Amino acid sequence: MSHLLLLFVTFFKIGLFTIGGGYAMIPLIREEVIGRGWLSAQSLTDFIAVSESTPGPFAVNIATFVGFDTAGLAGALCSTLGVILPSFLIILFVAKFFLTFSKNRWVQAAMGGIRPVVLGLIVGAAYSIASGILVIGSYSGFASLLSIVDWKAVIICVVCCVMQFKFKVKAIPLIGSAAAMGLLLYGVAPLIGW
Amino acid sequence: MEKTDQMKKIRSLFLTFLRIGAFTFGGGYAMIPLIEQETVERTHWIEHEDVLDIIAIAESTPGVIAINTATFVGYKVAGFWGSVAATLGVTIPSLVIICLISLFFEQFVALKWVSYAFAGIRAGVIALILGAAVKLSKYTKRNALNISLLVIAFVLSALFGINAILLILGGLVFGLIWFGLLKKNEKEAAK
Repeated sequence: MSHLLLLFVTFFKIGLFTIGGGYAMIPLIREEVIGRGWLSAQSLTDFIAVSESTPGPFAVNIATFVGFDTAGLAGALCSTLGVILPSFLIILFVAKFFLTFSKNRWVQAAMGGIRPVVLGLIVGAAYSIASGILVIGSYSGFASLLSIVDWKAVIICVVCCVMQFKFKVKAIPLIGSAAAMGLLLYGVAPLIGW
Repeated sequence: MEKTDQMKKIRSLFLTFLRIGAFTFGGGYAMIPLIEQETVERTHWIEHEDVLDIIAIAESTPGVIAINTATFVGYKVAGFWGSVAATLGVTIPSLVIICLISLFFEQFVALKWVSYAFAGIRAGVIALILGAAVKLSKYTKRNALNISLLVIAFVLSALFGINAILLILGGLVFGLIWFGLLKKNEKEAAK
């Protein structure tokens, strides 16, 4: 099998067998990509960190990266197409079905139970991200509270909450402001001795 | 006339999802606030209620959540070509940016200032996701039942690490029994 086709098939498989998105796919990616010798374990770890610093879905990012790294632009196109195609085809099918039956009494009943659960999941996602970013150490008594919290991140998060809830700042300018605060607090502040 | 209208919608879907793709940091859920603002509030393509349904479907079907969401919204707004436009739109920023980064990967990893900016963005994303949850909750009735379901889902997912798909399935079975079989206040189920 030519390398391009292999890239397409491999990432098609990764796209197809990932349920729940993003980081749920890392074990499968590790197995396929490192197993085939396309990437070293170290570059994969580096790339996961880089992917957090670039926009876009993680799955698409890693597919593009591996494709480009091993076969240039054509490789990037093949692996990216491979990873998005399963989503695209499955959702096309599901959307057709769902939009046809969305007024059905049983579909409505099921969605009545699902919607509050999804809200809980969204709050859960915010909590997981917050606990990963704001808390940087482990709890060892009340006195440790001050040192295990990343206060700079807390400040940015609180300022963003105020901007959003009080001043109704939209998402894109908010992301820009958060980036500026990151530069200021993590980059400039240490330089001037904070 | 109708044809140009359709073309306009497709072009607009592409551009909107291009913007969403370029500004989504940190995966699936971070996309929700942007979806809310771009497809509900700005363009009125879909309703607030639809957002929860779309997330439930995107989360419980195989594939990349961001792509699932784009395909679904695109299809709902403008059929097959709408889904193609939205999916390509959300993918292209990643593709372009990652190809550029691959060329300078080692230098990029070493760029301290980029990582500072993104540490800031990640903290800001928490606020954004919370904001989306607050907004979406306005379109679900605030009764004891819904609040208990929300809290149970939160605790099980965030604190006990129970898989999201299992929880959605749980909600589905509960909804079918409670609203469907027992026919408890059907109006509530519709909201």
